[in-house]
Amino acid sequence: MAQYLIEMKDISKTFPLVKANDKVNFSVKKGEIHALVGENGAGKSTLMSILYGLYQADEGEIFIDGQKTNIYNPNIAIENKIGMVHQHFMLVPPLTVAENVILGMEPRRNYFFIDLKKAASDIKELSEKYGFKIDPWAKIEDVSVGIQQRVEIIKVLYRGAEILILDEPTAVLTPQEVEELFKILKSLKGQGKTIVFITHKLNEVMALSDRVTVMRDGKMVGTKVTSQTNTSEIATLMVGREVLLTTSKAEQTIGKTVLRLEKVNAFNQHKYHVLKDISLTVKEGQILGIAGVEGKGQTELVEVITGLKPISGGKMYLYEKDITGLSPRKLRELHIAHIPEDRRKRGFIADYSVAENLVLGSHYKSPFVKGCFLNPPEIRGYANKLIKDYDIRPAVKENLLKSLSGGNQQKVIVARELEREPNLLIAAQPTRGLDVGSIEFVHKQILKERSKGKAILLISAELDEILSLSDEIAVIYEGKIVEIMVNKNIDRGKLGLLMTGVHK
Amino acid sequence: MNRDKSKKSNLFFSIIERITPIIAIIGALFIGSIVILLMGEDPIQVYKMMFGLAIGNRDGWGNVLFRATPLIFTGLAVAFAFRCGLFNIGGEGQVYVGAFLAAYIGFTFAKLPAILLIPITIAASALGGALWAALPGFLKAKKGIHEVIITIMMNWIATSLTFYLVLVYKAPPTEEMRLAGVPQMIPHTSEIAEAARLPRIAPLLSKINISFPSHNPLNISFFLAIIVAILVYYILWKTSLGYEIRAVGYNSAAAEYAGISIAKNIILAMMISGALAGLVGTNEVMGYKFRWRQELFLGLGFNGIAVALLGKNHPLGVVLAAILFGTLSYGGALVNIYTAGKIPRELIMVIQAVIVILVVISDEIIKRLILRRKTE
Repeated sequence: MAQYLIEMKDISKTFPLVKANDKVNFSVKKGEIHALVGENGAGKSTLMSILYGLYQADEGEIFIDGQKTNIYNPNIAIENKIGMVHQHFMLVPPLTVAENVILGMEPRRNYFFIDLKKAASDIKELSEKYGFKIDPWAKIEDVSVGIQQRVEIIKVLYRGAEILILDEPTAVLTPQEVEELFKILKSLKGQGKTIVFITHKLNEVMALSDRVTVMRDGKMVGTKVTSQTNTSEIATLMVGREVLLTTSKAEQTIGKTVLRLEKVNAFNQHKYHVLKDISLTVKEGQILGIAGVEGKGQTELVEVITGLKPISGGKMYLYEKDITGLSPRKLRELHIAHIPEDRRKRGFIADYSVAENLVLGSHYKSPFVKGCFLNPPEIRGYANKLIKDYDIRPAVKENLLKSLSGGNQQKVIVARELEREPNLLIAAQPTRGLDVGSIEFVHKQILKERSKGKAILLISAELDEILSLSDEIAVIYEGKIVEIMVNKNIDRGKLGLLMTGVHK
Repeated sequence: MNRDKSKKSNLFFSIIERITPIIAIIGALFIGSIVILLMGEDPIQVYKMMFGLAIGNRDGWGNVLFRATPLIFTGLAVAFAFRCGLFNIGGEGQVYVGAFLAAYIGFTFAKLPAILLIPITIAASALGGALWAALPGFLKAKKGIHEVIITIMMNWIATSLTFYLVLVYKAPPTEEMRLAGVPQMIPHTSEIAEAARLPRIAPLLSKINISFPSHNPLNISFFLAIIVAILVYYILWKTSLGYEIRAVGYNSAAAEYAGISIAKNIILAMMISGALAGLVGTNEVMGYKFRWRQELFLGLGFNGIAVALLGKNHPLGVVLAAILFGTLSYGGALVNIYTAGKIPRELIMVIQAVIVILVVISDEIIKRLILRRKTE
C-alpha cells in the first residue's frame, strides 16, 4: 500500500484571468480528516475540482493509492471512490430524500420500475451507520439546510465514495448544525473514510482536522499536523503576514443614547409576526451585539431601522428624535450607515464601477452633482482617496464591482458607509464569507468607529465575533429580544441555549 | 497572478461582447442568402441590388433615413425602459396615442403661428406617449403588476381608442366626393395645419445647392431623433437621474438600500420611454402624411424591440440598428418591385428575425464563455 491515498504532484492550472494553481503538491493519508485552507481565491476549490474531474490540470499528475490516474471527468472520480459535496446543493426540492439520493442511478425492479423501497432501506441503513438521523421519505423542501447537506453527503456515500471532498461545508449552517456535522464527519472517519474539507475558518480546522494544508495565491505554502500547530501560525501562512486574531478593545466612555427602539413590531410579506415588541438602546461609544441563530428576526430588525421595511407598531428614536416611518434616504441623511448582511443583494451594484459604488447613496448630493448632472472629477477624486485609504484592490476605480473579490467588495461597502460620518453604524454579518485578512480589517474599522464615540449595532451569526467586539449583547429568538447582558464573563453555553430558545 | 494576460483577455472579450450584433448581421445575411438560393435566385445579385438601391444614391439614403426615424424613437423607448429593468412592449400603443394627440393639436389649434404650434405639437406627441405609459409604470411601481402584461393590454386599448377617435375626427369628404355624393370612407383625420408641419429636407438642401429629389419624404424629424438619442445618452450616463434609473435596473434591492426610490424611478422611466415612443408622431404625422392614419404606425412599436436589442440598448447602437432596419426595409421593398415579386418583401422580415435570434444566441454564448473563463 502506498503511503498516501491521494497524491497530487506539481499540479498547475491557468485560467485566462489568473494562475489558479501553481505547481501544487497535495497528499492525503487514508482515514484522515484533512483541512484545506486559504483565503478566497487561493486556489483551493480549483485544486479539488481537478481532483474531482471538473477541471483538467495543465500540468501535473494524480496518484490514487499509488496508481497514476487520469481523472478527466467526475464519473472517473466516482469510479475511484471520490465524492464531492458542493457548497451549493444540487437537490430537487419537491422530491423526497430517497428520490434525490438515487437520482441518476436508480435501483430497478423487473427492469422497469424504480425500487424506491430498496433505496429507502439502503439510505436508512447508511443513515443509522453514521448517525445522520434522516427520514428517506421526507421532501427536500420541507427539511432544513443542515439536513439537506446530509442528504448530499449520503448521495456521495450511496455512490460508494471512500474519499469525501467537502467545499466549505459550514458556510450555510447554524452553530448547532455545524456541531452535528462535525459529529457525522468524525463518525465517517471512524468507519475508515477519508475526508478533505475546504474552509477558511480556523477554529473548524483546529476542532476537526488531523492535518491541514495551507494555500496562498495558487501556491501550496505548507502542510502541518493540526495538533502541532495553532491558529495564529495557520493564519500567518494563509495571509503571508502576521494577523491579529483576537481583537483588543480599549476602554471607551459611553455617551448619549443614539438609537432607541420602543416596542417595535413588524410582519413579513407572509403576514408572519417577525418582530415582537423589540426594545433596545445603543449609546455613543458602544457596540451592541445582536446574537441569534440566523432567521430569527435579525434581517427584519435591520430593515426596520434603515427604513427598508415598515413597522406595524412601536416607535424609533435617533438622539430622542422620532424617526419612525422615515424613508431610507431620510434616514441615511440622518447619518445612519448600514453594512448590509447580504452584500450581493443590497450592498452594491455589481455592474457599476468601484467609483460609482463609492458614491451610491450620496450620488445626488453636492459635490457629486452639479445641477442635475453628475460631477465626474469630484467622483473620481473621492474614489481615488477612498481606494487608497481603505486599500481596495486592485486600485482601479473604473473596475466593475463584480470583478472584485468578496473581501474587496466588502471594503468598498465599508469605505462608503464609514466615510459618511455615521452617528449610528449598523453592521449586519459584516465578515460573512470573508477571509482572515479581510475579517481583521473590518473588525479594526468597526472598533475605530467605536473609539470615535459612534454607536454601533452589530448583528452576527458568528458567536466569536459578537463576543469579541460587543460591549453589550442582546439575544434574539423568534423575533423577540430574550435577554440583554453586559459582555463580561459570559458563559458561551448559556448564550448558545438562549439563542436556541431555551430559557435560563 | 498574470495581470497583463488577464487584462488582454478582458479586453478581447469586451470587444467581442460589443460586436455580437455585427456577427449576427453577417450570419443573418448568410442565412438570408440560403433562402434566396432556395428561391432560385442569385443572393449576391439580390443583395447588390438591395443595398445599391437603398444606399447607393441620395434618394435611397433619404428614404432609408426616413424609415429609420420612427425606429430610432421606438428603439430608444425600449432601450430606455430596459435600462431601468423594464420591458416596455407597449411602444405600439404609445405611438398610436402620442401621434393621435399630435394630430389633434395640429388640426385643432390651426390658428397658432408655426413657431408656437410646432413645439406644442411635438410636446403633445411626447405627452400622449408618456401618459399612455404612465399607467403601466404606476401599476408596476405600486402594485408589482408586471409591465409586460399591462402594456400588451394597453396596446389593444390604444388600438380601439384611436380607431374610435379617428371616426369622431374623420376628415371631411373632398370636393369631388361631395359632388359625387359619397361620404368619407377612409379612416383618417383631417390634415394638420400648415403651421404644424415639419419642413422636408429637400427644399432645405436645394437652398444650399445640393440636388436632392423633391418628392423624398425625409424631414427634419430625423435630426430631432438624433438629438433625442444624444439627449437619452446624456440622461442615462451623465445625470443623477440616469444613475438612479440604471441602479434600479441593475439591482433594485441595492438601489432601495441606498435611498433611491424604486417606485419613482420606475414611473419616470416608463413615462420617458412612452414619450420617446410617442415622438414617432413627429415623423409620420408632422413630417409625412400630416394626418393620423393607423397603417402609418403598424409594427413600429414592436420593431423598436428588435432595434433596441440589436443596438444593445445603447443610443448609438439604436440609431445604427434603426438605419440598418431602414435600409433592409426600403431595399427589400424596391427589390420586390424590381424583381417583379420574385423576391418577396417577407425575405426582409426573415433576415430581420434571424438577426434578432442570432444577437440573442451570440450574446448568450459570449456570456457563458466569459463565465467559464472566470470561474476558478
